Amino acid sequence: MQQSAPRLILKRRARNLGSKVLGTAATLFGLSWLVWILAVTLFNGARALGLHIFTDITPPPGAAGGLANALFGSAVMSLLGIAIGAPLGIAAGTYLSEFAERRPIWRETIRFVNDILLSAPSIVLGLFVYTIYVRQVGHFSGIAGGIALSLIVLPVVVRTTDETLRLVPNMMREAALSLGIPRWKVTVQVLYRAAAPGILTGVLLGLARITGETAPLLFTALNNQFWNNNIDGPTASVPVVIFQFAMSPYDAWHSLAWAGAFVVTMVVLLLSVGARTFLLKNRIDSNG
Amino acid sequence: MNADAVEARDRTAVETRQDTLFRFVLFGAASVVLFVLAGAALSMLWGGRLAFQTFGWHFIFSSDWDPVGKHFGALVPIYGTLASSAIAMVIAVPVSFGIALFLTEIAPGWLQAPIAAAIELLAGIPSIIYGMWGLFSFVPFMSEHVLPWINDHLGPLPWIGVLFSGPPLGIGMLTAGIVLGIMVIPFISSVMRDVFRTVPASLKESAYALGSTTWEVVWKVVLPYTRSAVVGGIFLGLGRALGETMAVTFVLGNAHQLSASLLMPGNSIAATIANEFTEADSDLYLSSLIALGFLLFVVTLIVLACARLMLHNLARREGR
Repeated sequence: MQQSAPRLILKRRARNLGSKVLGTAATLFGLSWLVWILAVTLFNGARALGLHIFTDITPPPGAAGGLANALFGSAVMSLLGIAIGAPLGIAAGTYLSEFAERRPIWRETIRFVNDILLSAPSIVLGLFVYTIYVRQVGHFSGIAGGIALSLIVLPVVVRTTDETLRLVPNMMREAALSLGIPRWKVTVQVLYRAAAPGILTGVLLGLARITGETAPLLFTALNNQFWNNNIDGPTASVPVVIFQFAMSPYDAWHSLAWAGAFVVTMVVLLLSVGARTFLLKNRIDSNG
Repeated sequence: MNADAVEARDRTAVETRQDTLFRFVLFGAASVVLFVLAGAALSMLWGGRLAFQTFGWHFIFSSDWDPVGKHFGALVPIYGTLASSAIAMVIAVPVSFGIALFLTEIAPGWLQAPIAAAIELLAGIPSIIYGMWGLFSFVPFMSEHVLPWINDHLGPLPWIGVLFSGPPLGIGMLTAGIVLGIMVIPFISSVMRDVFRTVPASLKESAYALGSTTWEVVWKVVLPYTRSAVVGGIFLGLGRALGETMAVTFVLGNAHQLSASLLMPGNSIAATIANEFTEADSDLYLSSLIALGFLLFVVTLIVLACARLMLHNLARREGR
């Protein structure tokens, strides 16, 4: 016998309501982790924070100290990573968007490979730099760390550059080319100017990604307990110091690790939120 | 020929040369992308050749990991990587679907953007922070509140009980899987949300006009229409989970043992490399770790390539 209509409707409505309740619950579940993680990091970090974090170097067990050498090392290696990765990524993204129209298969292959690289495990990129650079040179160094980080920046910048340039209206290219301007000048002086906010966002997102990156630095830059101005030697970085200190049995080291976690989280969040709002603002400006 | 024409011809020649050079430089930069991927795979195969030659297929199927006796087998880390990723997917897929459902169908318009941004913040938090939070907050929480309950209620069950019985250490496969699941939720849910939005409004409106409920529209129209891209998004998350290093290293316990229980400490490929690489004192040890990296890279490449192909199919059908 067929179900009576009112009961069927009730059943369908109940299922509908159930799905909505579960969907909302899933969202709250996801958000609760965010709140928990941020609260723990910010609370413990704020308690451990102080001026000594920025002025003293990492201590041996049982002594007082800060993270100055690790912060310096992180900054240097991140800048190196951006300095190598960003120009390379912008150039490759430009090629994909502007200069590969006659080789669609080649272009799609590179886009495909770049997308894979975007989510490839970062520890593997560290192993790659270890085998091609550290092993050949014979010692760990900040340069190797910077190269490993640049490989993480590269796909991010390639993708954003490619996508932003494709959004530039064709009219701009045609107008500039019809004036007889060579293509490289059209690209550099017209297209880059139009796409600058998007490209800059990509670079900032790349920087945000490498700020907290640990795995590729473990066996490229290694670590260094002391202040080090020599980029060709083992270099400390905040994430690696957090790893070492958090895994240790000493309370003073744990506290420093929380301070480092606080600094890294704040920098990453500011960079990614800043990059997104910056892009959003520019989009609205150019539309209105 | 007058001077102007000569100048124009020369300038054209110079500009053509500059254009060629510019194109060549850009082409070189684009090739670097290919080089990095191929180079990473080949250099690790080369670095791991000593291990592959010495152990052959035993490298994959042996559970020995004995740095002193110099005998290395990858079964324990391979099992750990697969098991923790499987747990992660069991948690992340339904939750991500729920979030995507909420963001596309349930939430009022003004709430969608802020919630989506908050979920994406989860993806922005560095994995070392997940690891530290996991070790100092989540592991104690698991061992005090969750694991005793699991032990009491799931442990006695037939068949699957063996998975859930063991000492409530907190550190272990289940904890690592849950942390991984949280980490990949933002990736999967943002892909799902994006592809749900690509469903033509006319399709959904037709279903509503026939009297469908929201749930029926999602389950019978939206999901079938976006199936391949949804699976692609799930694979993307899986690729992330397989290669995740730092968070897992903190909460997995770094124990080279194969145990049936998910509550026991274990090891994963990435965690083994991170923990032991700088301690590797022999060529064979080092080579075995690089060989592990090669296996991880190949598996994630296959998973990620599948993901991209499935996502690409939808884009092509959209005519984009």
